[in-house]
Amino acid sequence: MLWIAIRMLTGDAQKFYGLLFGIGFSTLLITQQMTIFVNLVERGASGVYNAPEAEVWVMDPVSRTTDVSYAMPGTALDRVRSVEGVEWAVPHLRAVANVRTADGDLEGVAVIGVDDSTLIGLPERMAKGDKSVMFAPDSVVIDDTGTTRFFPPEQNPIGERLELNDQRAVIRGIADSIPSFTSTVVLYTRYSNALNFVPGTRNRLSFVLVGVSEGQTPEQVAARIEAETGLKAETREEFSQAGVNFIIENTGIPTNFGITVFLGFVVGVAIVGLTFSLFLRDNIKQFGALKAIGVTNSKIVQMVAAQAGMVGIIGYALGVVGTVAFIKGFSANPFFKGFYIPWQIPLISFAAVVVILAITGLIAIRSVLNTEPASVFR
Amino acid sequence: MDTTTIGGCAPEAAICARGISRDFEAGQTTIRVLHDINTDIRPGEMTYVVGESGSGKTTLISIMCGILWPTEGEVKVFGTDIYKLSDTDLVKFRLNNIGFIFQQYNLIPSIDVASNAAVPLIAQGMPREEARERAKVLLDKLNIGNQADKLPRQLSGGQQQRVAIARALVHEPRLVVCDEPTAALDASSGRRVMDLLREVAVAPDRACIIVTHDNRIFDLADRIIVLEDGRITHDGKEMPDGH
Ligand SMILES: Nc1ncnc2c1ncn2[C@@H]1O[C@H](COP(=O)(O)OP(=O)(O)OP(=O)(O)O)[C@@H](O)[C@H]1O
Ligand SMILES: [Mg+2]
Repeated sequence: MLWIAIRMLTGDAQKFYGLLFGIGFSTLLITQQMTIFVNLVERGASGVYNAPEAEVWVMDPVSRTTDVSYAMPGTALDRVRSVEGVEWAVPHLRAVANVRTADGDLEGVAVIGVDDSTLIGLPERMAKGDKSVMFAPDSVVIDDTGTTRFFPPEQNPIGERLELNDQRAVIRGIADSIPSFTSTVVLYTRYSNALNFVPGTRNRLSFVLVGVSEGQTPEQVAARIEAETGLKAETREEFSQAGVNFIIENTGIPTNFGITVFLGFVVGVAIVGLTFSLFLRDNIKQFGALKAIGVTNSKIVQMVAAQAGMVGIIGYALGVVGTVAFIKGFSANPFFKGFYIPWQIPLISFAAVVVILAITGLIAIRSVLNTEPASVFR
Repeated sequence: MDTTTIGGCAPEAAICARGISRDFEAGQTTIRVLHDINTDIRPGEMTYVVGESGSGKTTLISIMCGILWPTEGEVKVFGTDIYKLSDTDLVKFRLNNIGFIFQQYNLIPSIDVASNAAVPLIAQGMPREEARERAKVLLDKLNIGNQADKLPRQLSGGQQQRVAIARALVHEPRLVVCDEPTAALDASSGRRVMDLLREVAVAPDRACIIVTHDNRIFDLADRIIVLEDGRITHDGKEMPDGH
């Protein structure tokens, strides 16, 4: 009988495709929007991800994220270094500056000063050039997203000069990094250079990046640093979460994406509900005949469930494939750099599909179950 | 042979209907469309139920075949008091004992003719291919064996009704009920369908009830029951004079 149910469904091509479209469209909208949402808010943690060596971030107690920080006196570095369990600790400067490009445009950039000798604080990989270029005088390394903002694609940025807060800077490499939430251009330079580029007050040490000794957990060391120095110390996980939370709390993004995801769900319910009800109504005579001949209501429920299941699985697959294609298709676009689909998201959209089909199926099937077998003689 | 005056059921009766009444709600009022019907349907016969539109023919056979509850009275089909069965058991009883032929055929448009004819066997749980083979034998008898792999809409009305006949008989039910089987057909194909139905459906241990308006096929009946306003006014081999 289930075979008959499936043939009834696929035999009505128009409604079958309508149902697939409804489920596929909902899945696509929900999966794609949630993917963009998650990747976008994770950009709030890009500063942490781009400094992979740091296991603990130490900062002034009022600092909140990599981009919202209050500088500490330089002596903080030595105080952190003296804490037990700190294997190494390096200074890390983050500041904003203005750049005058070759065309004369003024652009705001983020300047990141990484440790002079170890270069800890620089992203793991370079897109162009070697990390050693950092040791050249006036050297800056630009992030790859920033390159596209500053230079046309055909121009090689290596060797280009910039006027960075009226100081001379030369681009000598391109870092392969995760863009920040605002896609601000990032210039990496050595800490001592950064102090020159960024005019400042007495205190300019934004963060101290810490590696922990063997046998110590970052949590333990962070707690000890806080206790002994009075500074704030967060593990990599805590600090990246703080960056994400900052975006969630301070932008309208969750509401906006939430609305779109909800709309995807509603549109799914509407399209699928309408089409499914129409489909069952069109076949009501056949279902009535089956009931008269001797098919039980529970078998009818199974038939409709099989139809819903078929639509659900194919429509869902189409939606997920569509999302993957979308993310892949736009991977060259810097906005989508590094986008991935967390495994939870397809699971959530699958649950949404199940709920959509359960709601619409239950509504639609009532007409079939309420059909009197005697109605077939009318 | 009038058993209606006797309270008991003849043991050989296919259907034994006693004291059947049926009411329908029409707005505020209740209309009684069947009044105390007592009749037996015998196996081996083709019984026609005829009468004016609205006289209660469809209501009566629906009650007789277990798809409509009577307001009063009881129906035994081959000795089983069908309205005392549980819902599920009644559905199973229909599946195993009754074949249906509808005016509008009610074939499933997206499966082929053989599968349509095999539906009762498939519903009983028989593997699809085996059921289709059984159905094809019957389709051959009905002269549409060569159409087995076509979809219903590729067939003429008369051919579709023959598919419906195959579906009604494929599981060898002991009772076959048809409501206006020729109403959607032109005269000649209606006649052909009924000739075939008589050939394949009538068997010593099977009863056949046909509701019809179609006076061109009255000569095929073994027995004709006339309903007027929900009461049996004639029961015999021929139509009464004046009709
Ligand atoms: N479900 C129902 N609800 C209300 N009234 C009904 C219902 N079914 C039948 N009736 C009424 O019962 C009466 C008998 O109907 P029935 O269908 O049995 O007549 P019929 O003899 O089969 O007529 P026809 O030849 O037109 O098919 C009619 O007056 C009809 O309006
Ligand atoms: Mg009728």
